[in-house]
Amino acid sequence: MTAPVQAAPEGSATTDSALVLEVRGLSKSFTVGSIGRRRRVRALNGVDLRLERGEVLGLVGESGSGKTTFARALAFLDSPTGGEIWLEGVRQPLQPTPRDLHRYRSRVQMIFQDPYASLDRLHTVYRTLSQPLRSFRIAPASQTRAACAELLESVGLVPATDFLDRYPHELSGGQRQRVGIARALAARPALILADEPTSMLDVSIRLTIMNLLLDLQQGRALSLIFITHDLAGANYVSDRIAILYAGHLLEIGPASALMHDPYHPYTQLLRKAAPDPQGGFRRGERFDASGEPPDLTELAPGCPFVPRCPQARAACHPHLPAWRELGGQHRVRCVLYD
Amino acid sequence: MSLLLEIAGLTVGYGAGPTAVLAVQDVDLAVHTGEVVGIAGESGCGKSTLALAATGLLDPPGRVLQGGVRYAGQDLLRLPPAALRHVRLRQIAMVFQASMNVLNPVLRIRDQFLDAMQAHGITSRREAVERTQAVFELVKVPARFLDAYPHQLSGGMRQRTVIALSLVLEPRLIFMDEPTTALDVVVQRAILQSVNDLRVQRDFAVVFITHDLSLLIEIADRIAIMYAGYLVEEASGPELYQQPLHPYTQALMQAFPPLGAVRSRLQGIPGQPPDLRQLPPGCPFAARCGKVRQGTCDTVRPAMTIVTPGHRVACHLYPVSTEGGKQA
Amino acid sequence: MTLRAFLTNRRAMAGAGILVFFALLAGLAPLIAPYSPTNINFPPMLGPSAAHLLGTTANGQDVLSQLIWGSRDTLIVGLVTATLISGIQLIVGIFGGYVGGWIDEVLSMLTNIFLVMPGLPLMIIVAAYVTVKGTVPIIFVITVTGWAWGARVLRSQTLTLRSQAFVEAAQLSGESRWRIVLTHIVPNMAGILVANFFGAALYAVLSEAGLEFLGLGNVNTVTWGTMLYWAENDEALLMGLWQWMVLPGVCIALLGTAFGLLNFAVDEVVNPRLRRT
Repeated sequence: MTAPVQAAPEGSATTDSALVLEVRGLSKSFTVGSIGRRRRVRALNGVDLRLERGEVLGLVGESGSGKTTFARALAFLDSPTGGEIWLEGVRQPLQPTPRDLHRYRSRVQMIFQDPYASLDRLHTVYRTLSQPLRSFRIAPASQTRAACAELLESVGLVPATDFLDRYPHELSGGQRQRVGIARALAARPALILADEPTSMLDVSIRLTIMNLLLDLQQGRALSLIFITHDLAGANYVSDRIAILYAGHLLEIGPASALMHDPYHPYTQLLRKAAPDPQGGFRRGERFDASGEPPDLTELAPGCPFVPRCPQARAACHPHLPAWRELGGQHRVRCVLYD
Repeated sequence: MSLLLEIAGLTVGYGAGPTAVLAVQDVDLAVHTGEVVGIAGESGCGKSTLALAATGLLDPPGRVLQGGVRYAGQDLLRLPPAALRHVRLRQIAMVFQASMNVLNPVLRIRDQFLDAMQAHGITSRREAVERTQAVFELVKVPARFLDAYPHQLSGGMRQRTVIALSLVLEPRLIFMDEPTTALDVVVQRAILQSVNDLRVQRDFAVVFITHDLSLLIEIADRIAIMYAGYLVEEASGPELYQQPLHPYTQALMQAFPPLGAVRSRLQGIPGQPPDLRQLPPGCPFAARCGKVRQGTCDTVRPAMTIVTPGHRVACHLYPVSTEGGKQA
Repeated sequence: MTLRAFLTNRRAMAGAGILVFFALLAGLAPLIAPYSPTNINFPPMLGPSAAHLLGTTANGQDVLSQLIWGSRDTLIVGLVTATLISGIQLIVGIFGGYVGGWIDEVLSMLTNIFLVMPGLPLMIIVAAYVTVKGTVPIIFVITVTGWAWGARVLRSQTLTLRSQAFVEAAQLSGESRWRIVLTHIVPNMAGILVANFFGAALYAVLSEAGLEFLGLGNVNTVTWGTMLYWAENDEALLMGLWQWMVLPGVCIALLGTAFGLLNFAVDEVVNPRLRRT
């Protein structure tokens, strides 16, 4: 991770063996509306990212920023419409065959946001976990049950035999999410996409789930993309943080650098808006939070944050600012630092 | 500041007889004019049930089993239905998390505001329109959205609109149950800010219910912590922030990853809240508590103690003192 | 949980009770019926008497025996047709909804065509052109005209389920499409399938009676519908033989009610929004 993303070798498999994922110019657009009023929603616009083995990247954005679209595109739940995805040095076709998908998903798994909707209410925990074990041929049929028990133990649902035959309605939200994590682990992936895995859980349980993710990730040298709107949570689990706004990456860098020294005005806004109980009693503090994320069907050519930016100027309008290197892998896309 | 709402010894159950589940047990809480009282706790701790019971909105099988609620001197739970309906909305408003359900999807926003006012006795159309525009300005929703349908608004706008709807009849007390939980941090922050500004301008009291204690620390004058149906601690915001006494409150305070500090592993709260159908005999938090004293905490239910004026806690670490003064 | 909700549902129990009654009647017909339903050796147009509790027809057949035997054909047509209709609905609805693409477009168009065609006139025309009269053509005609609505419901339900997180999670778990359909989608639609089955059975029973009453079935078989046809033909009411005319109608209505009640009840149990508190 020394050179900026654009400098990756062209057309060939990346030689860097520590690199798990490389995304170049990833884009996703949808067509919405009925005939005659069809509009294109550009949910994701040229996202570049690299992720090393065992690294945790926090992807932070508001709703409508494209963060969930990014996860779904990377999981091929909605195929991306442009760009390149390189997984462990191999370029993935954007229109994959079922075989391509099967191979890809044995390496890339996902944890869903809603622990209630992501488990089939008619399937026991055992049945849910045995699915990936069987289809990715992780464990022979005779050992499926033992393998499921082992998975449950690894996510802290002990004794596992108490949980194997339970239905989702017999589990709490936190326990369901642990089952969801176990299911993602079952395939023994290299990369897990965690799409707001704690946002639907009580604050008191969020930390235990984040700790679990960290333990698992460190114990297995897993790479993790932690998608959230909570900057503090991203800071807690991530090595690096990327800020996504209106489908564009605006800033990326080591978590500590982004938290202590946010460069982009949007990152600064997020930093200020985040509740911070340890930061002191801030009741009187004002901040300007007018405006909302832009309509993705009518994006102007310049920086997408311009309409809300307190420091917007003429230079922001004509085109998207280029990336600026700030040192130590910290990069920002804002004309203020030209 | 005078007393506005007084909840005394309130116990609320779902179902009847021996199978009844007590969702709220023996809760005392007072709300004064113009203050923000925060109620924090995990899901299932009874905070929403408390709000429903305190506003007379509790539906069967929920039932108030003991205690009472007095609003401005009148016993709210014994009011005839018509009088209760009048008190609600004119005097007490509610804002819930699911704001979409409050707004009628097939009516323009403007008409919903006019209908609401007409239903509560504001018959002059001019006055109603003026009031609507005034509250829209207050919650910072552009007036052009008055002609929109609910689905044309973003989540944040919708929640602001619902808050505006609750304000249009100028209530003196607003219950907000997780009003910003479904929203993004920036939007959430902006809404909280405008609620606080409005409160200063319009002088209403707010009862703010959330699972996110970090929000309350920033906005509430007083904070009550609930656990398994019990109120376990109550103090002013700054006091609770600087000196949380109950081990549960302390654990909740530690449950947030810090924004600024050097990163280190934090401990979440291990285990889960107890099953309300089979509450253990002692302190409901005993099973998850790091400071549990066997023989006391698991057998005797702790009583509420006033530790310092305005700061009370139900925990055996702070024995009941007759003077109501210093802690042990 | 669902089963208990069903068992404590009054509509469901009433419907099931009626259905069981007619099923017993049909199953035990040879034992219960006093005579053969086709035996024409009795004096015609008798009123109720000890020998013929419900009298006889204009052709000298025992009405009670006809009524009992007639439940067989009616039930068989109802259940077989409902099974066929459900099968078509399942295939068209789930296939279109889950596979999507041009297959879905073609199936949707087909569904819509059958939806806009008025059922009864179509049925009458088809039945009139079918040369072989009897139970099989009737089942065929009712099936062809009756599957579209339910297929549409199942398709939209499949579309909803397909975008549920647990189905997407199953995709990520490497499950094949058909395993997802069989293990996630169909079981999660079980309630609707059962409700649709009873709805189709109701439709089939009423349609069969209608077609046979119009003489579009095989008038020589004994069913409630043909009983009505003959009663009408031989002016039963003018002759004062009201039981010959009214009772087959009552039976059809009761059986239809049973299927209707079961349809409502299952719908109510699986769709909590319809549940009354």
